[in-house]
Amino acid sequence: MKKNLKQKIVIIFGVLIVFLYGAFFGFDAPNLGGNQPLLSKLTQHIHLGLDLQGGVHLILQVQVKEAVNTETDNTAARIEQDLKTAKVTFSQVLKPDPARPELIRIEGVNSTQASAARSVLDNKYSNEYDIAGGGADGSFTVTMKPNIERALNDRTVQNTIEVIRDRVDTLGVSEPIIQQYGLGDNQILVELPGISDIDRVRSIITSTARLEIHAVVGGPYPDEQAALSSVGGALPPDDELVHGSGSMANGSDADSVYVLQRVAIVAGTDFRSADPGTDSNTGQRTVHFTLTNEAGDKFWEYTSANVGHSMAVVLGGRVKEVANIESAIRDSGEIRGSFSQDEVAILSKMLRTGALPASINYLEDRTVGASLGSDSIRQGVTAAVVGVLLVMIFMLVYYKGSGVNADLALFLNLVILLGFMGFSGATLTLPGIAGVILTIGMGVDSNVLIFERIREEMRAGKAPSAAVDQGFAHAWTTILDTHVTTIVSAAILFLFGSGPVKGFAVTLTFGLAANLFTAVYVSRVIFDAHVNKLKAGEVVSI
Amino acid sequence: MELFHSVNVDWLGKKWYFLAFSLIFSVSGIISMAAHWAHPVGGRRSPVPLGVDFRGGTQVEVQFKQTPNLEEIRRATSDAGIRDASIVNYDIPSHNEVLISLPEQHAETALDTGRQQIENALRAKFGEGAFDIRNVQVVGPTVGRQLEKQATLATLYSLLGMLIYLWFRFQLIYGIAAVIACFHDTLITVGAFALLDSFGIKGMEISLTVIAAILTLVGYSMNDTIVVFDRIRENLRLSRRESLPDVVNRSINQTLSRTVLTSGLTFLTVLSLFVYGGPVLRGFSFALVVGILIGTYSSIAIAAPMLVAWQESRAGSGKTAALPAAKRSRV
Repeated sequence: MKKNLKQKIVIIFGVLIVFLYGAFFGFDAPNLGGNQPLLSKLTQHIHLGLDLQGGVHLILQVQVKEAVNTETDNTAARIEQDLKTAKVTFSQVLKPDPARPELIRIEGVNSTQASAARSVLDNKYSNEYDIAGGGADGSFTVTMKPNIERALNDRTVQNTIEVIRDRVDTLGVSEPIIQQYGLGDNQILVELPGISDIDRVRSIITSTARLEIHAVVGGPYPDEQAALSSVGGALPPDDELVHGSGSMANGSDADSVYVLQRVAIVAGTDFRSADPGTDSNTGQRTVHFTLTNEAGDKFWEYTSANVGHSMAVVLGGRVKEVANIESAIRDSGEIRGSFSQDEVAILSKMLRTGALPASINYLEDRTVGASLGSDSIRQGVTAAVVGVLLVMIFMLVYYKGSGVNADLALFLNLVILLGFMGFSGATLTLPGIAGVILTIGMGVDSNVLIFERIREEMRAGKAPSAAVDQGFAHAWTTILDTHVTTIVSAAILFLFGSGPVKGFAVTLTFGLAANLFTAVYVSRVIFDAHVNKLKAGEVVSI
Repeated sequence: MELFHSVNVDWLGKKWYFLAFSLIFSVSGIISMAAHWAHPVGGRRSPVPLGVDFRGGTQVEVQFKQTPNLEEIRRATSDAGIRDASIVNYDIPSHNEVLISLPEQHAETALDTGRQQIENALRAKFGEGAFDIRNVQVVGPTVGRQLEKQATLATLYSLLGMLIYLWFRFQLIYGIAAVIACFHDTLITVGAFALLDSFGIKGMEISLTVIAAILTLVGYSMNDTIVVFDRIRENLRLSRRESLPDVVNRSINQTLSRTVLTSGLTFLTVLSLFVYGGPVLRGFSFALVVGILIGTYSSIAIAAPMLVAWQESRAGSGKTAALPAAKRSRV
């Protein structure tokens, strides 16, 4: 009996040490150096949630339809090209419904050429598109296949995540979280601890530094009215109106409107790099760009065929510069405009990391200031300390000697709980601290159950060791019941809860699991050790 | 020291007092909830004050260097063209904190403008250094719907889990009595939020963390009820000659010390959380404080009498008198 007891005591001390280690060091090697206060060493391995650290939490939605739009724009252009090469006449290739960017229509195909058109389309596009039509009205409908569209959406979201990750790097945040958010379609979760300047975050993340070069149809006009009247009052689907920005290359400040071709000649991913430069003549800041090989070919084709025409450099949806095509350009060029130093640097970085494939909307934004975070920690810890003290004192007063037993078990409980947190790298949130407090209350309940039963048995006249035996035996099923039901409840909260609630579920579960060990095994060992020392006729102090 | 030495109270005899007590609280809760429903805030109807998680919109927590004047702030926001701003005091007065809320935006492209507008308006009126923005929450309609769905699923699965568990451990009548007790607890706890609001105590709102607290206390109340039922079952097995009401009374008396002590200790810790835990957790800890008190009460006052009432109605209609022995427990 005694040897068994010694073994058990060794096990308990072993557990204590293992979990103490876990709380301070997690799975890493011990780092005993440095003169950090003990408390901060403790919190190094326990991640603090945003509500305790302060930081930014965003849920963004990627407007994937825009990526689909761009893709089908390109496809439509290629279809036009292919039909022309096959000498099939048609009146137009267009996208009839802005709400359904996956749909392309070809209209006005002569019925004699219908089969020729069909074979052209089938040859090149049937892998990714569903082709229908060829009826008497001479029109075809080319629709992106749903699985292709889904794959494109996924790629767009992944690309957006990559771009955001790159951009967030510039903020110097430690341990940012940027990942797909499971609850909805095409949503991204961004969590940046320690940052509180939400405006800076927003401008960096969502800056649509889209750089595109479009063919100029007409302009500059002083306003949209004039621009529209130049094309006969109604804007053809191929064109769009774009305003000039205030800092144009020609130095004019007045607003101007251009009619540009909607589909860009080169855009976004066609740019391989962009660097700040200075115009040797005017001393103005410029951006020197290079295109990818494929885009360079496209650009060469276009510029050779359009010498004498103008093209507009559009940055962030506004015309930055209009240039005359003097000769064919292959893959590098310079954008002039009165850029500020910041603008140039940001633009270059954006172009290098890639433009966002689609724009993003904010769905949710929670920003916790650092002062609130530290206040919350202070308040949570105070409540925990007060709670623990109240419980410990009560147990001592009510159960006397056995109260010490319960308090020791409680202490070990907390150590194991912190150790679990350290080992698992789980995040501690403010509700998580509440979970620890609740665990203390519910944990000591198990002790009460056992002690009350022991008292009953002793009142019924049983000897101390028998009373202790009976106490633990009877209370076990109830303890197991209550712990399992609460842990299952916590598991459901973990699955369906938000970040802070997950923290609550985690500490509650760890605490109750630890309690199953301490309230039953450890308490029992302490009782057994105590009972062994009792002389005949003595009773357990309870 | 022992508080509950040889207790012998006739609990079932007092059931009408208990019923009256429960009715008073339930009905006042229901009336408050109806009143709250009748006065929609910002276009959304609900029986209880909702936190920004479910209400949607913008909520900005601002701490001022000096005691803020709500009227001035109201003027500042309306001067800046902000409509429907709700401005209330937050936390204890010495903290000089104010909560400024805007209703839900339906255009998700401009979700953040509310916060910027508020910040600009405050800066214009009070100057840059006079205030500090401690916390911002902006919840758009899409996320609002998602959070509602999550809360509903969590509640449904919890209840389902509990029913399945009760089905395995106890007979139907025990299970029904326990579920009714839990329902009673939830009603009174949720009603308490509406009740506070009707007394003019603003700021206690149902948020996701409060839902977590309510689910936890439902589990806790269930546990408590099970402790009493376990004892009733054990005593029924041991003594076949006593009438059911006597057995139930004796069981409650035997478990009284255990029940009151465990709830009391948990209550102590939760009370500490309520008092010291700070404003962020106040709704959460309030739900737990009320829930633990009511949960303990309901095991004695609601669940046990329900057992006896069912039994007596069955006896009255001529069915078997003794409560059939429940499934053997795993001991």
